[in-house]
Amino acid sequence: MSAISSKRNIIIVSIAAIAVILLGIFTPLLRLIFGLLIPLTAILVFIGGIIYRVVQWAKSPEPFRITTTCGQQHSLPWIKSNRLDNPHSTWAVIGRMALEVLFFRSLFRNTKAELKSGPNLVYGSTKYLWLGALAFHWCFLVIVLRHLRFFTDPTPSFVLWLESLDGFFQIGVPILYMTDIVILAALGFLLFRRLMDAKLRYISLPADYAPLLLILAIVATGVLMRYTSAKPDIVGVKELMMGMASFHPALPSGIGWMFYLHLLLVSMLIAYFPFSKLMHMAGVFLSPTRNLANTNRVIRHINPWDYPVKVHTYQEWEHEFRDKLKSSGYELDDKS
Amino acid sequence: MSENPAKKPEELSRIDYQPPQKSWMDPSIDFKKKRGSWCYSGATKNVAYLDLPNPREWSPADEDWKLPENWKEIIFEGIRERMDKYRSFRLFMDICVRCGACADKCHYFIGSGDPKNMPVLRAELLRSIYRNDFTAAGKLLGKWAGGRELTVDVLKEWFYYFFQCTECRRCSVFCPYGIDTAEITMHVRELLALVGIGINWILEPVANCYRTGNHLGVPPHAFRDNIEFAADDLKDVIGIQVDAPINKKGAEILVIVPSADYFASPHYYTFLGYLALFHEIGLDYTFSAYASEGGNFGLFHSREMLKRLNAKIYAEAKRLGVKWILGCECGHMWRVVHQYMDTVNGPADFLEEPVSPITGTRFDNARSTKMVHICEFTADLIHNQKIKLDPSRNDHWKVTFHDSCNPARAMGLIEEPRYVLNNVCNYFYEMPENTIKEQTFCCGSGSGLGTDENLEMRLRGGLPRANAVKHVHEKHGVNVLSCICAIDKATLPDLLKYWIPGIEVCGIHELVGNALIMEGEERTTDLRGTPLTAGESSSDEPGEETHV
Amino acid sequence: MYDKEKIIPGIIVFLVLVTFPVWYNLAFGSGNGAPEPQIVSQNEKCVESKDYMRTQHMDLLNQWRDAVVRQGYRMYRTADGALVEMSLTNTCLQCHPNKTQFCDECHNYMAVKPYCWDCHIAPMEN
Repeated sequence: MSAISSKRNIIIVSIAAIAVILLGIFTPLLRLIFGLLIPLTAILVFIGGIIYRVVQWAKSPEPFRITTTCGQQHSLPWIKSNRLDNPHSTWAVIGRMALEVLFFRSLFRNTKAELKSGPNLVYGSTKYLWLGALAFHWCFLVIVLRHLRFFTDPTPSFVLWLESLDGFFQIGVPILYMTDIVILAALGFLLFRRLMDAKLRYISLPADYAPLLLILAIVATGVLMRYTSAKPDIVGVKELMMGMASFHPALPSGIGWMFYLHLLLVSMLIAYFPFSKLMHMAGVFLSPTRNLANTNRVIRHINPWDYPVKVHTYQEWEHEFRDKLKSSGYELDDKS
Repeated sequence: MSENPAKKPEELSRIDYQPPQKSWMDPSIDFKKKRGSWCYSGATKNVAYLDLPNPREWSPADEDWKLPENWKEIIFEGIRERMDKYRSFRLFMDICVRCGACADKCHYFIGSGDPKNMPVLRAELLRSIYRNDFTAAGKLLGKWAGGRELTVDVLKEWFYYFFQCTECRRCSVFCPYGIDTAEITMHVRELLALVGIGINWILEPVANCYRTGNHLGVPPHAFRDNIEFAADDLKDVIGIQVDAPINKKGAEILVIVPSADYFASPHYYTFLGYLALFHEIGLDYTFSAYASEGGNFGLFHSREMLKRLNAKIYAEAKRLGVKWILGCECGHMWRVVHQYMDTVNGPADFLEEPVSPITGTRFDNARSTKMVHICEFTADLIHNQKIKLDPSRNDHWKVTFHDSCNPARAMGLIEEPRYVLNNVCNYFYEMPENTIKEQTFCCGSGSGLGTDENLEMRLRGGLPRANAVKHVHEKHGVNVLSCICAIDKATLPDLLKYWIPGIEVCGIHELVGNALIMEGEERTTDLRGTPLTAGESSSDEPGEETHV
Repeated sequence: MYDKEKIIPGIIVFLVLVTFPVWYNLAFGSGNGAPEPQIVSQNEKCVESKDYMRTQHMDLLNQWRDAVVRQGYRMYRTADGALVEMSLTNTCLQCHPNKTQFCDECHNYMAVKPYCWDCHIAPMEN
């Protein structure tokens, strides 16, 4: 089976699956497949896949300490070093990584180079990508945490707290979540940017559009379920989810097709996750230019596969240049 | 660099940033048409001398690159080996999201508009092969998963673009995951070396250095002549005969310089500065004719070659019985010293933790590697008021400082040189903030690309730096660009001459040497022989000095 | 180097986080299972179908509130043509006086806090 025909098969199967859901042909068997088997498989693939990929990375060592230093080093005591951009202790590395993971420190530096006539190059600070990316990721996290109310009974207080914060303005019934609006805007911006910037369009692969579109579809189905009359029976939803979380599977009927579509899309996303660029979630923690302290000259970094190499020793060198060394008045080690 | 590029600056700076119609997955390059953008192949004698694979006569412009029959197997095996050896290989292949933050950070992209000079796309040239043959998605979906088949054209494309990356790491500062294109370039250059693809501007210095001890191939007798000649030249300026010991056993400190310092201009004036400084503070030191090179073009060939060349420094320190090592002004030398030397050739347990014999300062930050940067050393001297300085002797210079890529981004040596500068000259002006410190722009000729045949590409790559210099030149009348890198000193003068005439290039220790008040000196000129106009401008109130 | 001492704890933290629902419910779960709202009314039918009421009752109550409070309408025509008063107390609670066993059963399970009772007095129950 060639790659192309297998791809075609995947597309046909996906379309068929969606068609089944849309048509509402919902037998207990299909409920079992779409409500339990696919999501459970996806979760297992997600967890197993991520661990597999991380272990795969971890099996290769980082032979050299190749920190990218983005600020003053720690050298003489009277020169102020930049701990967070050029860390020299474990705590400083933790600080640097926290800034990177939580606030996208490096992206915050982003500039835009422009060539004006002259020629004159100017570099403006540009924070749109940083803002869009940060907004998207934080909203995504909050939304995932909010969904814990479908997986826990009683719902932990931090989830309720997060929910009330998210719905702080108490607009509408059900109350509008700010994250729902912001994530749609951020995703829209990220997609728009990819399509409109000629450079980005040029470098973009199908694998760059796929997650964006998939997440957009997930958010869209979620938003439709919450704010329009496409509401599912959320008690049924929670029964289904609690069944999975507690290993006592339940397959309530009458939840509504939109939910199954939402669940299928989420399953696709998390099953796809470990095999995609989305692995940057785990990878960022392993990045050697960020997670190593700049202690290169203080602590010797060991290369586990270091091996002896052929060198031109002093003795060989002295032997080769013996006459010239002598005539030039060098003192030789080999006096013979 | 004698040949003048055919294109005028106005023509070269008309840059089209619009990507072409054809997909980047098409690897074909017309080498004949792109003359001026690539480097000549490694000469057979150098490849053979270093025991490297596939020595032969070939040229990138040839149709047939005379690759070994099983070249594909060799490359795949090389990739597999590097996947096992370097976490960064797989990781940097796997986690890029193509956000494009790196795109306009590369000096070559800014200067050429060639989309494959965007760091992200440069990396994709390798990533596409990795995906196609080493990932499940690529094996299943091929092109749809961003995979590309490895062909001879891809190898040629690698040659073209991975010898158009100066390993400056500017992109890695901006990457949200810290993906370092220098690391990827090093991997690909190693892969290419496996089938005998390399450039002579790297292989010749490497072969020279392996044999004689320095890139320029200066043999020991000529080395001694050069050093003594420099001491004589210095005497003409300061009226003092300084001692410049070579291979002196039992000296306290081994001083390592890049070979251009005692061979090329304007490095030479910096070398005179070292000699003056070491004499004035009475340093017990020695140069070495065997370890007569601080730079390490092995870094630009492979990590193995890096280790082979670098081994001389510790070996010589041990043989001479010194206590510690002082490293002078050189960019990529400090990448190797700071990030590789201790790992590949350490532990240097036969040396002592560096302590300045003049100030008593213990250099804790170098206590394992036992090698101190001369800017750290001199800053400490000045801070402890151990040398007398007359900055007005540099008043004919309006100075700016070009951070070299490696000391800035692989070390963080940022404030030390500035501290020295602020003490040895009265007129120091910073270039715009997005072009200095960790965001500094490469000279466009680093990582072994500073040769003549690729001059057009170098000039393009140097545009961002030259443009920043132009800014301070117009605003403050800056007339000298100071730096702490031998490649900078070798290539920036011509680069600046092309983009913005009238700017000189100097080392920090040239300015130190000028300002240094020495006991018994009789000076009428600076180290370049320019008459000193003492008293004239020193009474003037200097204008805004720093951090403009 | 391999950084096992950091990566293995990292993987464990990841596992702990993604399995949060599993261990949280085991450790702190109510163990109550799915809610079973009790219907005590003798009436056969609600104002709309059971399925509709399950998913949309909050919208319906909201429309009623707006209609009564803002527009002054009081009557609602049900799907099968009957007229009922749009009133929580006089209509809904007539059939469902058992707030704790009916309303709260699902609302607590779903961790939903409807603000009906901000204005309305909860029915007295035994």
